[in-house]
Amino acid sequence: MRKKKNLLSRIPGILAKILIYIELIAVAVIVIYPLLWLVGTSLNSVNSIARVNPIPDQPTLANYIRLIKETSFVRWFLNTGYVAVLTMLLSVLINTISAFIFARFNFKGKKASLLTIMLLQIFPSFMAVTAYYMIALTFNMLNNLNMLVIIYVATSIPTNIWLVKGNLMNLPKSIDEAAYIDGATKLQVFSRIILPLSIPIITFIALTAFMTPWMDYMIPRFLINKTNMMTIAPGLYEMVTPQTANYDFTAFCAGAVLISIPITLLYMLGQKYLIAGLASGANKGE
Amino acid sequence: MKLLVALCSAVVWGSGQVVNKQRLKGFVLFLIQCSFLLIELSTGTWNVLRGTSEATFRNCGYFTKGIWGLITLGEIPRTDSSVLVYDHSIMLLVGGIISITILLIFACIWVWNIKDAYATRKEIERGKSIGSIAYAKKLWEKSFEHIMLIPAGLLVVFIIVIPLIFTAILAFTNYNANTIPPKNLIDWTGLKTFGDILNLPMWSSTFVGVLSWNVVWTLAATFAAYAFGLLQATLVNAKGIRLKPMWRSIYILPWAVPAMASILILRAMFNREGAFNQLLLGSGLIDQAVPFLSNPHWARVVAILVNTWISFPYFMALISGVMTAISPELYEAVEIDGGNGWHKFRYISLPTILTATSPQIVMSITSTFNNFGMIYFLTEGGPANPNYQVAGSTDLLISWIFKLTYDNRMYNYAAAITILIFIIVGAIGGFNLMRTRAFKED
Repeated sequence: MRKKKNLLSRIPGILAKILIYIELIAVAVIVIYPLLWLVGTSLNSVNSIARVNPIPDQPTLANYIRLIKETSFVRWFLNTGYVAVLTMLLSVLINTISAFIFARFNFKGKKASLLTIMLLQIFPSFMAVTAYYMIALTFNMLNNLNMLVIIYVATSIPTNIWLVKGNLMNLPKSIDEAAYIDGATKLQVFSRIILPLSIPIITFIALTAFMTPWMDYMIPRFLINKTNMMTIAPGLYEMVTPQTANYDFTAFCAGAVLISIPITLLYMLGQKYLIAGLASGANKGE
Repeated sequence: MKLLVALCSAVVWGSGQVVNKQRLKGFVLFLIQCSFLLIELSTGTWNVLRGTSEATFRNCGYFTKGIWGLITLGEIPRTDSSVLVYDHSIMLLVGGIISITILLIFACIWVWNIKDAYATRKEIERGKSIGSIAYAKKLWEKSFEHIMLIPAGLLVVFIIVIPLIFTAILAFTNYNANTIPPKNLIDWTGLKTFGDILNLPMWSSTFVGVLSWNVVWTLAATFAAYAFGLLQATLVNAKGIRLKPMWRSIYILPWAVPAMASILILRAMFNREGAFNQLLLGSGLIDQAVPFLSNPHWARVVAILVNTWISFPYFMALISGVMTAISPELYEAVEIDGGNGWHKFRYISLPTILTATSPQIVMSITSTFNNFGMIYFLTEGGPANPNYQVAGSTDLLISWIFKLTYDNRMYNYAAAITILIFIIVGAIGGFNLMRTRAFKED
């Protein structure tokens, strides 16, 4: 009797489990289908968007070869890499030291600066591209990758200072005080104590700074007009704008796959830091 | 004596410091003054003074010309290509803003240099003197905070503040497609642009229309992404579900793939001839293609769907993290009280998750409000809406501003709308910030 009741009462549970699995599989299909379609199209010999089946009939690497041989893709890739590495290094350096100052010291103008920074981050930087163009023109920095680095570093400051400052404030001040008693200077406290203790948040800002140039389209589009000085995003986007002469959807897909692989891997590997960083970023409101 | 030393420094920077026996410091200040004069002289003023170029403000050095340019916005338009001497209003405007900023920085150094000469003298008269090197050490210790913030400060001023001022200041001019320099000169027009936006029916109805869709979009898109993320997190973490890491890795993919790539791919798939229409036609569910991106209502729905596809993984990952941290004892307590799975979710999981993730919800709302990339790459704001002033049915305020600026060259209107949004969003953001504990404690 007892056993029978158990079996009966387990039926809704089993049913629920089956429903859950169906839902999970359905969502997985929805998630994977467009991505598979991207990879499939990049291997497809026909330049068509009307395909339903993501697997090409005759897979070919022709799109990749065309992308590398006939466009400046490799050049764009190297340009973006250069910008990304420099942006990452400078962004980490400037943001950590500034956040350290804001988290640990009291000085004239601190509150006003913090409030200004907060307001500045409301507006997306690309709204000011005309001004960037004019400034680049004034300082003779058009078609210059270093100008992109300067802009990416500068625009990362408002968000990151709040983020890192919030993290540093969670480190007990007594550690610094002990070091000062032992005769350490402020810079030593920063480099030997604060930096090693904030590796997770540094990883977060390094990752986001590194990834920005790979995704950003607007700023290079306006500041760079020489094909061989371009970065990846505007270079690829050119291939799929309807007005463009060299419309090439399959080569675009090939390029999208080539940049998605490293970025996706970085995301997967850095997932833990990214989520923790985004989570802590919001705690500034506490 | 104190005043005399200060006066020396006011005329020749650093001379007061030299009198105060701080030669190195005086020399550095003097070099700063020299560089200031050198910039001004070498960029034109010298030629004007020598008489080799005509004595107009146009030919003067960077700073003089900058201030003149900012006030007048130029005097000679380039009506045709035979005009060789002409003024370009926008270049003058940018040059003016930059030169005033640099002037302000020099002015700060100048004031500090006078104050310092005065204060040091006072100390000397009291019998304390200090050399340049010792002073530098003291300065480093005392102003460590400010010195360390100089690089960040300069970057923020030149790359964020100046461009913002430039963008905003255009609202007070008549810079638009009808007055394109250097053929035309731009004039200051005061608050006229704002008056137009509020009074002309076409402008005000577009503003209200775009703003209301922007609000609907923000709330609907954030809610959909959050709710779907919550659902997936709950299901993946449900008791007895196998292969949890595999499901999580699959669902995280849309977040990891660069958004531009995936949005452009989805745009192709939602095309009238695209894969989704072929799929639906092939399965016999529909007899003719759905205008996913060319019908205003469909385009809005598709925008929200695509945003959900891209954004739910972040919330799923975040909520999963919160869920695993909930103590099992709480669930046991519900069981003891006779509650079922729904009760556990409703009274334990949901309140905990909502509280823990409320800051992220707020952040997501602000970024969705300004999610330019999503709209621009997916629909370019389209389909075009004939009742709107150059805006499409899916345009957000931010993409409308972008269109006004770069496709239609209505720079002054774009700038005025930017300012209006800044006032609204900035007021809310600033007010919220000042109320927070973190800010009060600083």
